[in-house]
Amino acid sequence: MTPGTRLAARRARILRERAIEAALFLAALVSVFTTVGIVYILVKESVVFFEQVPITRFLTDTQWTPLFDDAHFGIVVLLSGTLTSSAVALAIAIPLGTVIAIYLSEFAPFRLREVAKPFLELLGGVPTIVYGYFALLFVTPLLQRIYPELPGFNLLSAGIVMGIMIIPYVSSISEDAMRAVPMHLREGSYAMGATRLQTALRVVVPAAFSGLASAYILGISRAVGETMILAVAAGMQPNLTFNPLEPAATITAFIVQVALGDLPHGSIGYQTIFAAGLTLMLFTLACNIGGHFLRKRFRESY
Amino acid sequence: MDQSRDLEAIRRLIAARKRYDALFGVLGLIALMIGVLTFVALFADMAWNGMGRLDWDFFTHYPSRRPAQAGILSAWVGSTLVMLTTAFFAVPLGVAAGIYLEEYARKNWITDLIEINITNLAGVPSIVYGLLALGLFVYQFGFGQSILSAGLTLALLILPVVIVATREAIRSIPQSIREGSYALGATQWQTVRYHILPYSSAGILTGIIIGMARAIGETAPIITIGALTFIAFLPPAPLKAEPPFVSFEWLFSPFTVMPIQMFNWTSRPEAAFQVNAAAAGFVLVLMTLAMNGVAIWLRYRLRRKIKW
Repeated sequence: MTPGTRLAARRARILRERAIEAALFLAALVSVFTTVGIVYILVKESVVFFEQVPITRFLTDTQWTPLFDDAHFGIVVLLSGTLTSSAVALAIAIPLGTVIAIYLSEFAPFRLREVAKPFLELLGGVPTIVYGYFALLFVTPLLQRIYPELPGFNLLSAGIVMGIMIIPYVSSISEDAMRAVPMHLREGSYAMGATRLQTALRVVVPAAFSGLASAYILGISRAVGETMILAVAAGMQPNLTFNPLEPAATITAFIVQVALGDLPHGSIGYQTIFAAGLTLMLFTLACNIGGHFLRKRFRESY
Repeated sequence: MDQSRDLEAIRRLIAARKRYDALFGVLGLIALMIGVLTFVALFADMAWNGMGRLDWDFFTHYPSRRPAQAGILSAWVGSTLVMLTTAFFAVPLGVAAGIYLEEYARKNWITDLIEINITNLAGVPSIVYGLLALGLFVYQFGFGQSILSAGLTLALLILPVVIVATREAIRSIPQSIREGSYALGATQWQTVRYHILPYSSAGILTGIIIGMARAIGETAPIITIGALTFIAFLPPAPLKAEPPFVSFEWLFSPFTVMPIQMFNWTSRPEAAFQVNAAAAGFVLVLMTLAMNGVAIWLRYRLRRKIKW
């Protein structure tokens, strides 16, 4: 091999390395494009929507009838459904998820933990439409035995099932956070004569609080964004209520309802779902930003 | 006298504290059991209700107005084709992005931006991906309500899962492996191609399976792009008798998938259709369970076998 061809081969090799790096970089950029795409589409269609419906009416109207002749666009109606069902879900998922996390991290024998963790993961992997079926045809009839006046569609059973679905997300992140608390903190506590429970509640939980906060925030955004359970089990009737015993539509269920129908591209109904989606997106964004500051505020480093 | 009373009080305090400990142990087990029992109830309920419909005909018949003759043929074929499309886009993109971020990326603002983006995208509700796809793939790009649109949507949805799994798998490879490769004169790509990728492949595969298990159960984004709920035909076959033998027409075909078929049956008032929903749900849960089970098993084996 002459020096000339060796040099050429080297040059080709460098060129190939550069090209590969550029290709990999582009693949990594896809995530940025996705975000830009989401914001672009939501804002673009929403702008058209808000040209026809003033934003004050969107925020203050107490009726939501976008597909009727007498159209009203009060997002509060859908927000009430979203907030109520999320509150029910979180009232289940946060206490149970936290107790499970403390139990698995501080109390459970090694064997049980090894079995329980994958099992919880499976629980989180069940398709949400299956949970919707379960809420409508198993949990609601069960609740109706206790409380016969409960309507067939209601926020309560959807919220309960949603809460159980969220438990694995909350417990798994909380447990990781608690396991990351250094052993010497626990040993210090035990040396002072504290019991396991005292150590768990007074030492481990405060030390892991920033991790717990992330887990809760993730739980909230899961609950707010959950769609199929609510579309199936809570009914799709817009209803301004904070009573979980009533049926109501959420932002997500409304989007599904419109998508199931046959709305022409570019009609006001079509744009409404983007405005609703933008509201949802802003809501989860607010949660994430709040979570970020919460984490910063409670971060402990050892 | 006083001392013995103090001792008594302390003993009682300790006993009470120990009781609380035991009580919390029971509480934790109960909380865990609530999760487990829900899952068992869900599974048993669907198996009980749906078992009667689960026969060969159920898999080889189209949906129908008559519940006893309805089947999931178009649904499982649609799900399979959508999953193929999703994997085709999500796997190379996700693995490449993971490799870039672990092996190539310099510490600068672009890298930070990409990382923040991936974290945030993992928290975006899946229905928002559906809206993105409706605006972008269906109308802007003109793909219509097709298998291609659905596959791309789900690919974007599971991309963060694949990227995170790839990064974790790559991160567990010790630096000495890379140094050994470089010392023998390998370039960066050669190191990745012949060392990093093979050693991390099991971990990456775990992530891909978990991502696909999530995609196969996703309903909301696919409904949002406007997939039909009643499809009584199959997409055009990918293989043809005449040249060029392969055809990609199926990518642009209308379709339905398993979760949408189940949703359709669940939302009908007739009990007979809800039996069908139970049967379809049972099949769906079995599929996701099998996929998740394989992933968990792979990870378990991985943890035991690899000792650097």
